[in-house]
Amino acid sequence: MGKTIAEKIFDAHLVDRPAEDVWVLSLDAVFGHEITTPPAILELARRGKDRVFDPGRIKAVIDHVTPAKDGKTALQGKILRDWARRHGIRDFFDVGRNGVCHVLFPEQGFVRPGYAVVMGDSHTCTNGAFGAFTPGVGTTDLAVALLKGVCAFRTPRSMKITLKGALAPGVFAKDVILAVVGRIGVDGATDRIVEFDGPVVSAMDMEARMTLCNMTVEAGATCGICRPDEKTVDFLWEFIRGDFPDREAAAAAFRRWWPDPDAAYVEEIEIDVSGLEPLCTFGYKPDRVKPVRELAGTPIDQVFIGSCTNGRLSDLRVAAGIVRGKTIHPRVRGIVCPATPKIYAAALREGLIEDFLQAGFCVTNPTCGPCLGMSTGVLAEGEVCASTSNRNFNGRMGKGGMVHLMSPATAAASALAGAIDNSPLFPGTRSTP
Amino acid sequence: MKTFGGAARFLDRDDINTDEIIPARYLTEVEREALKPYLLEDLRLEGFDPRRDLAGCEALIARANFGCGSSREHAAWALEANGIRLVVAAGFARIFRQNMFNCGLLALELPAERIDALFRRFAGQPGVSAVADVASGTLAVRCGGDTERIPFALGPFERALLEAGGWLEYADRRYESRRRKESP
Ligand code: SF4
Repeated sequence: MGKTIAEKIFDAHLVDRPAEDVWVLSLDAVFGHEITTPPAILELARRGKDRVFDPGRIKAVIDHVTPAKDGKTALQGKILRDWARRHGIRDFFDVGRNGVCHVLFPEQGFVRPGYAVVMGDSHTCTNGAFGAFTPGVGTTDLAVALLKGVCAFRTPRSMKITLKGALAPGVFAKDVILAVVGRIGVDGATDRIVEFDGPVVSAMDMEARMTLCNMTVEAGATCGICRPDEKTVDFLWEFIRGDFPDREAAAAAFRRWWPDPDAAYVEEIEIDVSGLEPLCTFGYKPDRVKPVRELAGTPIDQVFIGSCTNGRLSDLRVAAGIVRGKTIHPRVRGIVCPATPKIYAAALREGLIEDFLQAGFCVTNPTCGPCLGMSTGVLAEGEVCASTSNRNFNGRMGKGGMVHLMSPATAAASALAGAIDNSPLFPGTRSTP
Repeated sequence: MKTFGGAARFLDRDDINTDEIIPARYLTEVEREALKPYLLEDLRLEGFDPRRDLAGCEALIARANFGCGSSREHAAWALEANGIRLVVAAGFARIFRQNMFNCGLLALELPAERIDALFRRFAGQPGVSAVADVASGTLAVRCGGDTERIPFALGPFERALLEAGGWLEYADRRYESRRRKESP
């Protein structure tokens, strides 16, 4: 019987089978941020086990609330910072070098095809775009991972989603993953690994694949995963050039992680994306999805362009292209968070930051920011935000606030209109007043 | 072996997420006990008032996909800080479920029909209790003289975690630190 990508990674990392259905895997890397790592650090210290399995394989960042907003968040940062120093964790990203974890760590080349990686954050699934097994975990799993370099999982059950056809202009990876979550539901992939396949995925660049994998957890998935190909190699080349004679050799080596033709999946779904329109969520669950057209005209108070879903350079390019030379609606507070300093610098060089500022956006430092309502851009009771992030739960961006999830193109168009609006990039869209 | 639960509260909704169980604004706390007053603060449910309804509560009974969303173990800690060591539901999100067992708490999954029957028979009545006995594999839901006993099966790994008191205790005894020579 052939194997899926996840099954191959499980085979290569097996340490123990404490029960028939349980695999304990060795980890190639363990990531942490300042919200869920400090409790693990304190717990280990309390038990007299203030150690790490391998400082070279641990990467940490302060990204959720940064720079610190008050005494409590300052303490969270300090616990992480002191711990990183104490254990010689070189890859620790603090103010000035920090950015949203699931954008920053891939950018630094920390995720490679075939890796098994965990982090105390549900959107760690983003990193599956590199052909790696990258589930989010809780703090106890993280504590054990930091101490021992292992984590336990159930036998992998893979679900294949094949994306066929071609995306229309103005339709993006975000719309595709909203369509997937809308179709299979918020628990449609629970305890499963979503393997993406098909010509649409092959055509996507790495940033789009990360957006795709990012929201697999919104369908309950353990993680998303894409097969590593030439685009994966190109993205990683500056980090792996010493390991391979040339790019072709790297691509060939990574092919060992491709699924076998006779691999078995618990479910296979095929989606033709050709007829897909820009999508948007309504209500408080990410599977409540409608075409933007049907929600057009819904008034908004705030627009957030950023997060681990859509805070990358390609996202900023699309959004800036739409607001360039225009002014956002006077009722709208526009917030742009470039996800990392590198993205921020590139956006500056390309004039995108200027475009946003001219249009009336506030551009913040790289941070999770408004995404989870912990620091900048918290909504007041009854306010509505058009957001490129991944969660629209009740209270996510502030108690009593409503979040509509959408692509950066749709968010930019909505900022101009002061209401949910289709992106002018999408054919047949009425032009923004 | 141990029993879990006691006075029970029904939460009649699918997909109760961890943002509702413990909102992000409280994630600035680094100590578990500090989360106690905020449990389920953002859950909007007809007639549900967390302060009133969770006083003395030791078990929750909910519907499908409980604990979805963010990986924050703060959700399990907030339950434990309130003395709730048992959640019975028609299904759990993977990370939440693992977090519960990792903390030595019981996330008990029952078929949706069973959950439905429990809601019909017991929900909203005063003095309902739900107690899971892991040794015998029975959940007893009681109200006055009315008792329903439901058998359940736990995997050997889940049992071992509950016995050990959590994954940290279990793993610490069982695994070496896996430092390797090459570093990325
Ligand atoms: S951007 Fe939002 S979803 Fe992503 S890691 Fe930060 S808080 Fe989580």
